[in-house]
Amino acid sequence: MNDTPAPAPLMVVRNLSKTYHVGHGRHLVAVDGISLSVMPGEMLGLVGESGCGKSTLGRCMLRLTDISSGQVVFEGRDITTLPERRLRPLRPRMQMVFQDSSACLNPRRRIGDLLAEPLRVHRGPDGRRRSAVDIERRVRDLMDLVGLPAAALARYPHEFSGGQRQRINIARALALSPRLVVADEPVSALDVSVQAQIVNLFADLQARLGLTYVFVAHDLAVVRQVSTRVAVMYLGAIVEIGATDDVLHRSAHPYTAALTAAVPRHVVGATPPPPLGGDIPSPVNRPAGCRFHTRCPYVQDRCRAEAPALHSIRPGHEAACHFPLAPHRDGSVDA
Amino acid sequence: MPADRPAPLLDVRDLCVGFPARGRMVPIVEHVSFSLPEAGILGLVGESGSGKSVTAMAIMGLIDTPGVRVSGSVRFRGRELVGLPPRQMRRLRGRDIAMIFQDPMTAFTPVYTIGWQIDEQIRAHERVSRTQARARTVRILGEMGVPDPERMARRYPHQLSGGLRQRAMIAMALSCNPTLLIADEPTTALDVTVQAQILDLIRSLRATHGSSVLLITHDMGVVAQTCDSTLVLYSGRVAETGPSGRVFDHPGHPYTAALLDSIPPLYGPRPDRLPAIAGAPPVPTDRPAGCAFGPRCAHVHATCTAAPPALVPLGPGHAAACVLPAEGTPLPPRTVARGDACP
Repeated sequence: MNDTPAPAPLMVVRNLSKTYHVGHGRHLVAVDGISLSVMPGEMLGLVGESGCGKSTLGRCMLRLTDISSGQVVFEGRDITTLPERRLRPLRPRMQMVFQDSSACLNPRRRIGDLLAEPLRVHRGPDGRRRSAVDIERRVRDLMDLVGLPAAALARYPHEFSGGQRQRINIARALALSPRLVVADEPVSALDVSVQAQIVNLFADLQARLGLTYVFVAHDLAVVRQVSTRVAVMYLGAIVEIGATDDVLHRSAHPYTAALTAAVPRHVVGATPPPPLGGDIPSPVNRPAGCRFHTRCPYVQDRCRAEAPALHSIRPGHEAACHFPLAPHRDGSVDA
Repeated sequence: MPADRPAPLLDVRDLCVGFPARGRMVPIVEHVSFSLPEAGILGLVGESGSGKSVTAMAIMGLIDTPGVRVSGSVRFRGRELVGLPPRQMRRLRGRDIAMIFQDPMTAFTPVYTIGWQIDEQIRAHERVSRTQARARTVRILGEMGVPDPERMARRYPHQLSGGLRQRAMIAMALSCNPTLLIADEPTTALDVTVQAQILDLIRSLRATHGSSVLLITHDMGVVAQTCDSTLVLYSGRVAETGPSGRVFDHPGHPYTAALLDSIPPLYGPRPDRLPAIAGAPPVPTDRPAGCAFGPRCAHVHATCTAAPPALVPLGPGHAAACVLPAEGTPLPPRTVARGDACP
């Protein structure tokens, strides 16, 4: 991951864990010792099935959830234990977009008011409070940026469609010109015909503003469209990480290969591959050894005993598997 | 459907559902017609608000909102279901036509075991003893791929994983051997690897149980992989219907074509920008007078805005509600060579 020494990573996560107590002395390990770095201008996709810890990891990166152990470094500064008072001046530089576009917007306040709030709360780059005129101008720019008419500023959230509300949420996240945006399933609640608009908007904004994204989603095709790099999570850990098409189409981890194969194709008559058996084990009681061994079609004795660590498959591509797959062009794989 | 074929299992003609709101009738489903042959799988696709679930509820006779108006005809094995007395409908429902829902957690009651609830359904329709009912419950759970079915039947819904709950719900739906299964977004709440298992199960039902399936979904991939024929709904009206292969390769309606194009490809080259459809579907209270897709359509012109276009036949069983084919400018076939065709 660190073979390009030139730019410093925007965010570094070291050995991050998040554990919840679930009563009766049991612990749910939502995130289990994850290390990764996010480079400036990168679009990192975090994928995995429900309960794999991808949203928790996204929230921990922004310190929206406290971290159980490990370290989060943002712009070279350790923010792991920074008190909220010291963290707040950094907040404008790291923002989040959530899945449920209507739950994020106060239904009793107008869009203009909602967009102006972060600008009123946080001081400007010169350290002084922003003037009403500046705020007004910035709010109009933001509406333009996300493709909404300025006339909509006087309206209330319920007057917008889901796609438009998500545009408003994105505008609000961008109000303070953040460097890092964590988007948690930002398009999964949207209709298919509207999803593409928002996916395009994320790409446009990245190109125009040089943003860095962490894009959390379960839809592999959407993640492939927006990401330069993808990390696949399973039961709280990254099992594979690398350049988007290396991970999705030259998968080294059997879980990634099964995940990609399970996505229904838009081709009639193609016989779907046999599905992966079983269910995701409970994160309260995760299996010993490799966390995927209970469902892995290529499981061997070593996998049940010894947990594999991430190791390099090719430059910039790592997988946590004792017996990484050798991919063929046709998508079939050997152990 | 050619006339020499046997009568379809389910024949829906001109189905309209209107709900009263603010002193007038708001049409939710307008003139929907389709038929489903024995052992066929039909995919009903559309976005939220397109009327796909309301269509299913109307077929099942489950809409009892005061003032609702259901018109048209739903014939199941030649028998008219619209206006059937509730007593007779109840005998049919669950035994001949069964339904499964998106969220099995709300379809099961949390206070009884899975087995108890499936036994109850069997005993409501057939005169069998508790022991016989339980034996059948365990057998069907086993057939649906539930491990250790005897023990699972004694479990409560919250003790099962999402995939197992969905299998249990399919088992409950199939417990009286229905000829028609209506599945409303059965895999939407599931993870993709579990979705693949459930779709595999649904595909196998026609071989193992001879069931026909009406599959309601918003996911074009699910339709492509599961259904023989496809019906695309947009804003409560049929946009296009036909054999799945035709609909995906030669879409006749600009909505179908644009929808397929706007889905990001998982294989092949990545486009810089997705060909997105501008705008959003209209709300039912504010549907355009002409083609409902008109305001978002790249091909919209004067003839589209007068009245909703009629379904125009495009091939065997294939039709689209669009003026383009009749005007001699049909859509070109889709270039499936987006790389999505490779395995």
